[in-house]
Amino acid sequence: MKDNKKMELAQWASKYAKENGAKEVSVSVSDSKESEVEVRKQKIEKIQESIQSGLSLKLYVNGKYSTHSTNRLDKNDLEKFIKEAILGTNYLAEDQYRSLPDRHLCYDGTEKDLKLFDSRYDSIDPRQKIDLAMQVEAETTGMDERIISVSGSYNDGSYRSYLVLSNGVEGFKESTSYSVSASASINGGDSRPSDYHYKTARFWDQLSGEGVGKYAVERALRKIGAKTIKSGKMQMLIENRSVGRVLSSLLQPMYAYNIQQKRSFLDGKIGHKIASDLLSITDNPFIESGRNSRLYDRDGLAARKMTVIENGILQTYYIGDYYGKKLDMEPTSSSASNLIFEPGDKDLSALTKEMNEGILVTGFNGGNSNSATGDFSVGVEGFYVKKGEMLHPVSGMNISGNHKEIWNNLVAIGNDPLTDRGWQTPSMMFEGIGFSGL
Amino acid sequence: MNNEFSRREFIRTGSVSLAGMAILPSFLSLGCNRITEQSGLEEYYAHFNVDREMLQKVMAEALSRGGDYCDLYFEHSLSNNVGLQDKQVNSAGSNIDYGVGVRVLKGDQTGYAFSEEITLDAMKKVAKTAASIANENKKFPPINLQERVHPEFCKIKTSWEDVSIKQKIPYLQKLNDKVFSLDDKVAKVQVYLNDSSSYILFANSEGVVSFDYRPMVSFIAVCVMEKGDRREDFFASRSMRIGYEYINEELLDEIANEVVEGANKQFEAVKPKAGQMEVVLAAGGSGILLHEAMGHAFEADFNRKGTSIFSDKMGQKVGEDFVNIIDDGTNPNYRGTLNIDDEGILTQKTKMVENGVLTSYLHDRISAKHYNVAPTGNGRRESFRYAPIPRMRNTYMEAGPHSREDIISSVKDGIYVDTFTNGQVQIGAGDFTFYVKSGYLIENGKLTQPIKDVNLIGNGPEALRQISMVGNDLKIDCGTGTCGKGGQGVPVSMGLPTVKVTQLTVGGTNA
Repeated sequence: MKDNKKMELAQWASKYAKENGAKEVSVSVSDSKESEVEVRKQKIEKIQESIQSGLSLKLYVNGKYSTHSTNRLDKNDLEKFIKEAILGTNYLAEDQYRSLPDRHLCYDGTEKDLKLFDSRYDSIDPRQKIDLAMQVEAETTGMDERIISVSGSYNDGSYRSYLVLSNGVEGFKESTSYSVSASASINGGDSRPSDYHYKTARFWDQLSGEGVGKYAVERALRKIGAKTIKSGKMQMLIENRSVGRVLSSLLQPMYAYNIQQKRSFLDGKIGHKIASDLLSITDNPFIESGRNSRLYDRDGLAARKMTVIENGILQTYYIGDYYGKKLDMEPTSSSASNLIFEPGDKDLSALTKEMNEGILVTGFNGGNSNSATGDFSVGVEGFYVKKGEMLHPVSGMNISGNHKEIWNNLVAIGNDPLTDRGWQTPSMMFEGIGFSGL
Repeated sequence: MNNEFSRREFIRTGSVSLAGMAILPSFLSLGCNRITEQSGLEEYYAHFNVDREMLQKVMAEALSRGGDYCDLYFEHSLSNNVGLQDKQVNSAGSNIDYGVGVRVLKGDQTGYAFSEEITLDAMKKVAKTAASIANENKKFPPINLQERVHPEFCKIKTSWEDVSIKQKIPYLQKLNDKVFSLDDKVAKVQVYLNDSSSYILFANSEGVVSFDYRPMVSFIAVCVMEKGDRREDFFASRSMRIGYEYINEELLDEIANEVVEGANKQFEAVKPKAGQMEVVLAAGGSGILLHEAMGHAFEADFNRKGTSIFSDKMGQKVGEDFVNIIDDGTNPNYRGTLNIDDEGILTQKTKMVENGVLTSYLHDRISAKHYNVAPTGNGRRESFRYAPIPRMRNTYMEAGPHSREDIISSVKDGIYVDTFTNGQVQIGAGDFTFYVKSGYLIENGKLTQPIKDVNLIGNGPEALRQISMVGNDLKIDCGTGTCGKGGQGVPVSMGLPTVKVTQLTVGGTNA
C-alpha cells in the first residue's frame, strides 16, 4: 500500500533540488522490512529483524552528474545534503549524455497488478515463521548418521519504492518475498561435503518447506567419495539450477556499459549467430508474480518484453539510458528481468542417459569470465557419466573455454525450467568442453 | 574560493555558499561539532546523541528476557566516490549511513535487530526484538560502563572529510593522462577514487564502552587496449586505511605502469595446458591462496559446527616446519586492520599455523566461549545492519628459508602466477579456487611466456601440505580485497612470500 508521506518526500526532494540549482533530478525513496530465523538442532541459532528506509538522488546540474544516497530522511538534514551535493557536482566535467530519459520512453504511470505483493505480510505470526524453519530441520532428523549439521532457515521481506523524475514520471513498486532454505553438511570421511536447497514464494500461502531439508541432505550425501578425473574434452550437462552462472557471463557483454567501454566480445554482433539453434531467450518483465517482474527499470524506462536470442541469433543488447545515448542506440532496458527459455522435451535424467561420456555439473566453484575476450575458466563439481550412467561424484576440476565457441556447442535443452526464479533456466547439455583435472 | 579552507571551518560557518569543499555533507544536523581523530568518548556520545544512562536503559531492555550478553554498535559512515570515464572526471557520489545494531546472546544463540533512528524509544524497541532470543523474565541493575582505550593502528595526517572533490579531481585526470601517454594502444581508461570515514561507538553488558574512527581509501584504474581487432583489459588498485597524504605522483606512476604493462602482457599471453602441475605463487597478492584455501576454513563458526574440513585438526601438523600463517589486525594502515573488532575486543596478531602446526582458529565471542579460549578479535560485521561473525583481517604467511630465484629454478614444468581477480572455497569439501588474471609459464626453471585467464583449483589441507618452498620475500598486497561471507562484505588484505605448491589443478587448454 502506498505511503503518501514517502511519495511526498520524493516529490519534495525533487522540487527542492531543482529550486537549488539542479536542472533535472531523479529521486527514489524506498523502505523495507525483513526477518530471518535460523535453526540448528531444533534450537533457534539466530533471529534477526530489520526495518530500513533510504533516499537516493541522481542530480543533473549544469550538464554535470552525480548520485547520492542517505538513510537520514529528516527534511532539515536532507536540505543540507541536497544543497551540498549540488554544489559539489559543479566541480565535475560536463557530460552531454547525462540527462533524464526521453519522456516517451519512460513509464507512463499506468498501474497494472503484477501480483508481487502479499497484503498479509505484516499479519504473519512470528511463531509460524519459526515453526517453518524448525520443520525444515526436523524432517532431516534421523535421516542419516553421517549428518554433521543441518541449518533450517526462514526469510521474508517486504519492499516498497517510489520513483520521481523531474520530467513528470512517477512510479510506485511494492513486493513481498518468502523463502525457506536448508544447508546440510555431511561427514564423508576425509571430506565434509555440503549442499543446500531452497524454495521461494511471493505469497505466504504458496510457501512450503516440505522436502527442502531432505533434499539438501540427499544432495550432500551423494557427494561422498568425489574424485578428480583426468583432463580432457567431454560432454557437459549443467543442472538447471546452476545454468545461471554460465549464462550471466554471456549476458555481461550484452550490457551497453561493457560495449561502450570496449569490454564486450559481443560488440557488433546483433543479428549474428552466437549460439546453437536451440538457444532462444525472451526477457519478459510482465510475468505475474515473477521474481524480476516490473513496470519500469531503475532509469524510469518503461519495461518491455523483448527477444534476446532467437534460434541462436543475438537480437538485442541491454541498453540503459546513458550508455544508449553514448552509443547512439535506443534504450531497451538497463538490466535483465525474467528470462524465459525455449524448452526442450527431456528432463535431466533423460538427458543424462543420452550422454556418452561427460560430467553432469551440479555446482560451480569460483572462476571468472573475461567479457572483453569471452575467455572463461571456472571450477566445477558434479558426477562423472559414462554411457548414460552416473558413475561417481567429481570435484577439484575446472572447465575452460571461450563463450564464442561453447554456446555453439549447446546440443540439448531440458524441459525443466526453474519457474520460481527470475532466470527460468532449464538444464543444458554442451559438447566438446575442456575439463581440467589430473 | 580558498582551496585550503578546512572542512571543520566549513561546518562552523554553516554556509553553503562556501561549499564545493566536499561533495559530501558531513554530519548533517546531528547537533554536534565534528568528531576528529582526537575526539574522546564524550564527543562520540554527543555525536550519536546518547549518554551513559540511555545505553544502560537499552541494555536493560536487551537483557530483560534472560539473555546472557548484549552489545550496542553505533555507526555513522560517510563515503564519497569520484569517477573518470572517457577521459573526463564526470561522475561522483556520496552515501551516508547511520544507525545502531543491538545484539543479544544466549549461549550460542543470537538475537539481532537494528534501528536507523537513534532515540531511546527506537533503541528500546529493537532491543526488545533482539531480547526475544531468550524467554525468561529478568531485571538487570544498570551496567557500570568503563571506557576501554585501544591502540591506534591507522594514524592519518589529513582526514578525507577535510578533502574537497576539487582537490581529488586532478589526481584522477593525471592518472588517466599518464595511462594514455604510456602506450598508443590504450583505447579506454576508467579511474575511481573512493573514500570513507566511519565512526563507531560500542557498548556491551560486560561494562565496556569504546569508540573507533575508521578511514579508508581505494584508488582503482581499468585500462582497455586495442591491437588490430583484439582487445585486452587489465586493472590495478590500491586501498588502505589512510588519509589524503597517501595520494601522490609516485602512486599514480605505480598504478599507471601496472595497468599498461598488465594489459600489454595480455596480448602475448597464452593459456597453459590443463591439468595438475607445480605452481609458484608470486609474493604479495598470491595471499589469496591462504585466504581461500586456509583462512576461511580456520574461521571458528564453521569449526564449532563441525562443517569445516579443519574441524578435527587442531594441534595437528598440517604443513612443513617453515609454514607460519598469521591473521593480523595490527599492521599499520592495511585494509583489514582494526583497533577493536566489531564486538569491542582489542585486535591482535593471531598465529593460526605455527611451524606447520594448526594452533588457533579465528574467533568471535560465541566460538571463543564454545572452545573456552580468549576471543582473537576476529568478530566483524559489514555494518550496523548485521551481527558480527568470525572474519579474517590481514592474512599472510611469514617469510621462509628459500630465495625467489631458487624456487623458480626448481620448477621444470609449471606456472608462476602474480595477479588475481577473485577466489572461492567450499568449507567442508575443502576445495578452493582462485582466478589468475596473469602470470608466466615456467619452463626448465625459467619464466617464459605470459599466461592469462585461468582458474586454479585445489584442496585446502592438501595444498597446505604441498607448500614445499617458502621465500624470504614476504609482501602484503595493498589491493581492494573485499571478503564475502554470509551475505556480508568486509575489507581484508593478504600477503605471501614467493611460495611453491607442488600440485594444483590448472584450468588450461586441452590440446
